[in-house]
Amino acid sequence: MGLVKKIFDKFRSNSSCCGEGSKMNKSHDLCKIAIVGSPNVGKSVIFGCLTGTYVTVSNYPGTTVEVIRGKAKIGETEFEVIDTPGMYAFLSITEEEKVARNILMEESPDVILHVVDSKNLERMLPLTLQLLEADLPLILVLNIVDEAQSLGMKIDLNVLGKELKVPVVATVGTTGKGMDILKGKIEAFVQSGACNRRLREVQNLLSVSPLEVKLPQQAARTIRHKDTTDIFQMGLETIELLLKKDYGVSKRSMALLLLQEDADIVAKVRSDEPQVFDELCRITEEVKSFCHEPVSYVVSLQRQQEASRICRVSVEYSPQGKLPFRERLSRLMIDPITGLPILLLILYYGLYKFVGEFGAGTVVDFIETDIFEKNINPWIIGIFGTVIPWKVLRDLFVGEYGMLTLGIRYAVALILPIVTTFFIAFAVIEDTGYLPRLALLIDRLFKKIGLTGRAVIPMVLGLGCDTMATMVTRTLPTKRERIIATLLLALAIPCSAQLGVILSLLEGNPIGLWVWLGVLSLVFLLVGFLSSMVLPGEAPSFYMEIPPLRLPKVSNVLIKTLTRVQWYFAEIFPMFILASVLIWLGQLTGLFAFCVRLLEHPMRWIGLPDKAAVAFLFGFFRRDYGVAGLYDLKQSGLLSGNQVVVACVALTLFLPCVAQFLMNVKERGLRAGMLMSVFVLFISFAVAFLVNLAFVSFGIKL
Amino acid sequence: MKISERAEEILETLWGHSGEEKQGAVDVGLTKGNPDVEELISLGYVKLMNEKISLTEKGKSEGQKIVRRHRLAERLFTDVLDVKKKLVHPVSCQFEHLLHEGIEDNICILLGHPKTCPHGRPIPEGECCRKSEESINKIISSLDNLRVGQKGKVAYLHTHNHKRLQKIMAMGILPGMTVSLIQKFPSYVLQIGNSQFAIDRDIASAIHVLLTK
Repeated sequence: MGLVKKIFDKFRSNSSCCGEGSKMNKSHDLCKIAIVGSPNVGKSVIFGCLTGTYVTVSNYPGTTVEVIRGKAKIGETEFEVIDTPGMYAFLSITEEEKVARNILMEESPDVILHVVDSKNLERMLPLTLQLLEADLPLILVLNIVDEAQSLGMKIDLNVLGKELKVPVVATVGTTGKGMDILKGKIEAFVQSGACNRRLREVQNLLSVSPLEVKLPQQAARTIRHKDTTDIFQMGLETIELLLKKDYGVSKRSMALLLLQEDADIVAKVRSDEPQVFDELCRITEEVKSFCHEPVSYVVSLQRQQEASRICRVSVEYSPQGKLPFRERLSRLMIDPITGLPILLLILYYGLYKFVGEFGAGTVVDFIETDIFEKNINPWIIGIFGTVIPWKVLRDLFVGEYGMLTLGIRYAVALILPIVTTFFIAFAVIEDTGYLPRLALLIDRLFKKIGLTGRAVIPMVLGLGCDTMATMVTRTLPTKRERIIATLLLALAIPCSAQLGVILSLLEGNPIGLWVWLGVLSLVFLLVGFLSSMVLPGEAPSFYMEIPPLRLPKVSNVLIKTLTRVQWYFAEIFPMFILASVLIWLGQLTGLFAFCVRLLEHPMRWIGLPDKAAVAFLFGFFRRDYGVAGLYDLKQSGLLSGNQVVVACVALTLFLPCVAQFLMNVKERGLRAGMLMSVFVLFISFAVAFLVNLAFVSFGIKL
Repeated sequence: MKISERAEEILETLWGHSGEEKQGAVDVGLTKGNPDVEELISLGYVKLMNEKISLTEKGKSEGQKIVRRHRLAERLFTDVLDVKKKLVHPVSCQFEHLLHEGIEDNICILLGHPKTCPHGRPIPEGECCRKSEESINKIISSLDNLRVGQKGKVAYLHTHNHKRLQKIMAMGILPGMTVSLIQKFPSYVLQIGNSQFAIDRDIASAIHVLLTK
């Protein structure tokens, strides 16, 4: 009986929403749910609730830069759920917005969840209207409804649903409130067949005469252009008649995007339907010449008026008079007079005390000395000594640079505690919503180096892992900013592993620490400034949403740290093993000794002992691996105070690790990636040389 | 020392050529010996060199004033009198000659010192615009000139940068929405609805608001 029902359900769900599967070139039979919405409204949280899998969730716009897919079972049907980066409007500005729009246009999802921040309904409804214009199968999700309620907002879901003619659900993603209702609505939606665009289109076509091309109800209502009506309306209708291909969204939506001259859409139509392209351009020009303002402005204004009207009838709002505590705290954070001390406090306690002293000091000491040196190493060396009689082979595992005694020890004893503590601190900071506030404080400074305050997020994340941060540079709006940010990440931002080891290397040498910090900041600003001079393109402008301050949830902090540490380890662990194997091979063939001798020359130029060459050779695999090598050198008393500082400067600026190099190539192209590496290598030695020269000429002893 | 309407039209055209389209002197061609051109030359508004006609300093400032009157007239007809689009230009052409010193400023004040004509071309500033920029109690002000804590309804967005306009619209900052300024330094922070945005000066100066308190 149950089996029959299942088969029946499957059949029904197939016929209702996936019947067009073969036509749409779908790879499999699953129905698709796409989650879209403005940045920082909790799309990823909803995704997590539906699929039961965790994706990184933070309190700032632009956390999700890639499309994330998962599976969810709702009722008896299995769905593929797609989480998309945030988009403010259908007319796209940034790369992520294009990514999100492409999902809607090319994958023709069966259900689209438009997630909005309830307290900003009026500002977010225009996107809902745009999705409706595009004739997409929509469910409106009013998320974070608890914050709206505490502000004194009451939203009438029935009225809102009637106005928009779509299902509306109120949820609180972080507590899971309203998720059952959402799932119920999705189920009902799919069963009603409302999600089948083809079906709706056919119905629409049948209901009107074939000559009269269908205008979706909602679209016709939202685009009532009073003053420019005739020409505008005629322009839209003519374009709709010209377009023959199915672009995954309604012809009305395409016509609007074409009139607003969206570069991607124009290019797409030009390549897909070249025969009508000239005519389209002519119409666009004509409509433009009749509008006093840019077309996108006229259209947005109309939509906003409709959105405001809908809000007036569906929302009751009685604002509270007093500023809530979190708002007062926020004001303190963004005022430079109080904001700067707050920043220093966060850096001191979060980075220096927690990551530096606790992570890189206490925890590393414990694991390194008490666990590895006293227990594991002797034990393992003993075992291998009896099991493997050949010294050559034994060295591969437990020799000076052995896989177990060096590779795994570095990874577990040094890197793991540091990276973990950094990611915990970072997760707490990002979940409070502090980062956008830091961005607005620092915008003026970053403008000088060709970036905007927005770039502060990849930069701070870079202190955790530069590879991850390079991926996040996608949130920057122009190519010029992305190139500068990538270069600075590769050059002057030490990742947490490096940072931790450096902090413990310079422990007890506060002046050395300041020198290192000063040199790095100088290089950062100078290289940024010069590249902003050299690179073509106009100066960027800064705008960023400032989310409310929120108390971080312990579970989210922990699970986020865990996923990041896992990702990090999967990325670096093979590198450590590979390095050990390569060095072992190099030692056997004599190549290792050759390379070390080769590197000894630049070592002498920058005033370091020959032995440091080994650390730098490691640095080619990973910068932190190199710094960890220095750590060993310092422990054995081979480095003076000056030499530690010079070596730290050189290795911080040194070539990025292989993972970051690959990411640079992936994001910026092979040529740019190679050029950056050569540049970085040159700068690192040049700066170290200068620092050493300054030490020698001024007779400074640290 | 009033000049004829035809002569004014010539000054206006020349100012458009040299001032806005950045072109040099214009070939005299057919207008050679034309009484209006002769009039302008004798009054010192234009000069004739190598068969080419160009504006003198005096002519430039007079031309700018005429263009200002014309575009103000267009604004008046479009915004206040709701004249049909096709008629705006010809009617303005006639009207501009009636708007002399004093009257143009009154109309400018009435219209709230508009920056562009309905066709999107800039209206040259007059004395009244400069005065109003300086006075504190302006009715319409760009966001970067607001004081912290001031509140207003967005009146219009003014920028020549299309991308910038799109960004502003993406934030939901559109005419009719209420905004208030929370902070001016180091970045501008504004509140719109229940959300806050940080923006830089370039963006802030493009947003013009009608003050409510």
